[in-house]
Amino acid sequence: MSSGPAVPSSEPPVTPEDPSDGVTTVLGEAEIARALTRIAHEVVERNKGAHDVVLLGIPTRGVPLAARLAERLASIEPGLVAADVVGELDVTMYRDDLHKHPVRTIGATHLPASGIDGKVVVLVDDVLFSGRTIRAALDAISDIGRPRAVQLAALVDRGHRELPIRPDYVGKNLPTSLSERVSVRLVETDGAASSGEPVTDAVLISQRPTTPSEATR
Amino acid sequence: MSEQTTTPTYVLRGAAPLGADPVDLVLAGGVITEVRAANSPVAEDETVVDATGLVALPGLVDLHTHLREPGREDAETIVSGTRAAAVGGFTAVHAMANTTPVADTAGVVEQVWRIGRDAGWVDVHPVGAVSVGLEGTQLAEIGAMAASAARVRVFSDDGKCVWDPILMRRALEYVKAFDGVVAQHAQEPRLTEGAQMNEGVVSAELGLAGWPAVAEEAIIARDVLLAEHVGSRLHVCHLSTAGSVEIIRWAKGRGIDVTAEVTPHHLVLTDELARDYDPTFKVNPPLRTAADVEAVRQGLADGTIDIVATDHAPHTREDKDCEWAAAAFGMTGLETALSVVQQTMVDPGRMTWADVARVLSAAPARIGRIDEGPTAQGRPLEVGEPANVVLVDPAARRVVDGRTQSTASTNTPFHGRELPGRVVATFLRGRATVLDGAPVEQVAGVRS
Amino acid sequence: MKHLLSTADLSRADAIRILDTAAQMAATQSREIKKLPTLRGRTVVNLFFEDSTRTRISFETAAKRLSADVINFSAKGSSVSKGESLKDTALTLQAMGADAVVIRHQASGAPHTLAHAGWVDSAVVNAGDGMHQHPTQALLDAFTMRRHLVARGAAGAGGTRVAGDPTGQDLAGLKVAVVGDVLHSRVARSNVHLLHTLGAHVTLVAPPTLVPVGVETWPCDVSYHLDEVLAETAPDAVMMLRVQRERMSGSGAGGGAFFPNPLEYTRNYGLDGRRLALLPDHTIVMHPGPMNRGLEISAEAADSPRAVIVEQVANGVAVRMAVLYLLLAGEASTERAGLE
Repeated sequence: MSSGPAVPSSEPPVTPEDPSDGVTTVLGEAEIARALTRIAHEVVERNKGAHDVVLLGIPTRGVPLAARLAERLASIEPGLVAADVVGELDVTMYRDDLHKHPVRTIGATHLPASGIDGKVVVLVDDVLFSGRTIRAALDAISDIGRPRAVQLAALVDRGHRELPIRPDYVGKNLPTSLSERVSVRLVETDGAASSGEPVTDAVLISQRPTTPSEATR
Repeated sequence: MSEQTTTPTYVLRGAAPLGADPVDLVLAGGVITEVRAANSPVAEDETVVDATGLVALPGLVDLHTHLREPGREDAETIVSGTRAAAVGGFTAVHAMANTTPVADTAGVVEQVWRIGRDAGWVDVHPVGAVSVGLEGTQLAEIGAMAASAARVRVFSDDGKCVWDPILMRRALEYVKAFDGVVAQHAQEPRLTEGAQMNEGVVSAELGLAGWPAVAEEAIIARDVLLAEHVGSRLHVCHLSTAGSVEIIRWAKGRGIDVTAEVTPHHLVLTDELARDYDPTFKVNPPLRTAADVEAVRQGLADGTIDIVATDHAPHTREDKDCEWAAAAFGMTGLETALSVVQQTMVDPGRMTWADVARVLSAAPARIGRIDEGPTAQGRPLEVGEPANVVLVDPAARRVVDGRTQSTASTNTPFHGRELPGRVVATFLRGRATVLDGAPVEQVAGVRS
Repeated sequence: MKHLLSTADLSRADAIRILDTAAQMAATQSREIKKLPTLRGRTVVNLFFEDSTRTRISFETAAKRLSADVINFSAKGSSVSKGESLKDTALTLQAMGADAVVIRHQASGAPHTLAHAGWVDSAVVNAGDGMHQHPTQALLDAFTMRRHLVARGAAGAGGTRVAGDPTGQDLAGLKVAVVGDVLHSRVARSNVHLLHTLGAHVTLVAPPTLVPVGVETWPCDVSYHLDEVLAETAPDAVMMLRVQRERMSGSGAGGGAFFPNPLEYTRNYGLDGRRLALLPDHTIVMHPGPMNRGLEISAEAADSPRAVIVEQVANGVAVRMAVLYLLLAGEASTERAGLE
């Protein structure tokens, strides 16, 4: 699953801009695949192999991204089984902004069988923005174990950090204004099963709806 | 009496007596002196009340009122309760005996009667307790109360059932000596221990202890048979179930001397209202089902049920602003009774205004034996009869507001509801107690 | 929904959301560090007008595991004795800034009154009111059933059940027998509504004296014969209700003496080894506690491997964490959207 599942061949090429709704595609399917492959290699290089690495995806879209990264690690590192190094980490109950939104559904937390103690945990999320989600993730991790190190991978870094947090691996740095909204579309989470329409991977940028309380990613 | 010199001569212009063709009713000297053709010329010293479009009824008589005084003046006083009665179109009320102290002696009933007379809003006829302290064990001094200045004719332990069959028998027999009547609060005590609401579908769901219909019906059945056996007069208070209507119908068919009343709230409200646990709707006997409501309407329409009586039961805020089980039973009714009867019986065509005059004036006065003598109530609107008149605007509609009623309490179940009809004026023996829908403050000491 | 007052108010989606949330809460409770920061700064008041150490401790644990501040207000035996009004107590709690009030009260409807009388702004959680409702008990019962019977794919009808993870699932096709004092039981009332909403089929089993008038409108069957129900319906779960001692004497409120004596009750409605043997192998035995061993349930049944009574207690904490989370975690200013 290195480049995502097949989509109908009639799928038109990604339009760079669709003026009708002001949505711009900044990364298409191929760019996302390349970025993940590059991040996988950086992880291996930085950690001198991947056998101590655990990839924890942050729901919702961090989870399939972590799975894709794990597949790539497995293809780089002989003997490594993707399923053994990937998990998901729900941070909902550690968020500091719960009271500013309608109640969030709590996601699952699954760790690889080997746990995270003494491992290098790579947190995987789709968009890095204020940094508050990652802050929550760090708290969540400290409640479930003691990794040797924690690193951060994000498909997109759109800036505007509110906390001293920086990514170790970035798919694309994307300067944005606060009035813009960055959204990530993945076949696993946004595909036919959820929307009923064929979908391809993409990172999209659009004007933020007027409500300022729109979820920050 | 001084009335003739202080009370103007009123001409109720264009009033429709019992809903019939309009006439001008002339009230003077405490009596109806003249019935003129509508819009006849008036003399200079006559005060005209424009009654165009209004129905004239004889002053209403309530056989079942809780005035709370003495004892619970924080909920209602004789003055506030009788003022509310006048606003509701009443010219006489029967004050129930469950006060503190209980109205079980000549002293207490005379006190209530005097305070009511001095207030001057309506005639207050105290009801005497059947048993000492409403305890259901020993007969109260019924004879002394009957012979007192209050001339008590109705005896009731209302609030409690005269449960002991031998005490009930004795009471039924004893009141025959002065043509009295025992008004029974029919509630089998063992079947209703801890009871909170009608036993049925709603109580099952709400988890509130049930007050089964049979607890009322069993006592009524026993009492009509007792009344038959001893040849006495029985009145059944606030009957509330379809089965009770059937039993009364059967008893009357048999010739038993029984009369029965229904409250306005049992004519319209059902136990579904308990679903929000709002204690405003907690009342005894409890609100029943829609089938029961229909049965009591039918019973009232066909004469099985003789009268409508309010069971006006004011309670303080603290007795209602609490959880259901802790709340007191009862709801107010004096100021909404006529509207409810209009809504449920007149407007749907099940009763005429003449029927209303019967069930809210003539029949209750007759049951209470206050339909004769100088202070007679429940009389026809005819020349020479006491000028007890209420003018009703049947076309008016109003939204009930418990906070602005004349009663001292706010526990009306109709708060926020729109009801038809409005009492425009009430006259007690020719004296206006209500004009333009508002009470006319009485000059202290005025006696009619 | 701002409050949890009755299971009758819960839609299927609401109920499943609570159960799913409870499952995530339960998962955190097997960790070494069980405490979550989620409700830091929120205040939960346990307002108990009736003794119930078990329920209070369960709610207290749930609130503390979510880092809420907990105030225990035991109204019974304190200055709040009979006569002191619920209203004044409520106003006191309001002044103390309670975000949620967990209320146990002997009067049916008291939580409803507390929630709607305008005395407090807090979310109100019904922890048992008179003979009316005990919604978190029913939710923990449903959670326990789902874990044992749905996760294992034991449901009879449906066929599409995924064995293993019950997340998102209801209880469709399950057959549940609820046995005992239905008349006075808030647990029975809560379970009938919730289990029906979740698609299970409930049969109430009780002597006729302990079945309420009006039960015919409830979404369940009623039987007077336990042996018949066990043999003929092959229930997936049997829930035994506690029988209060005062129901046996002739002097109790409401007339008392609902059955001749404890021996006859046990003979006809007690769950013992013989009746246990009538049940399918996968059937679980439940009891809301505290048990009257030897009356409604024998030691053999209570201690059998199929009894999940202790687990019910553990699941109670997770379910109550879920309820507190869904009522308190979202924006306070708008509708508490957790249980929409």
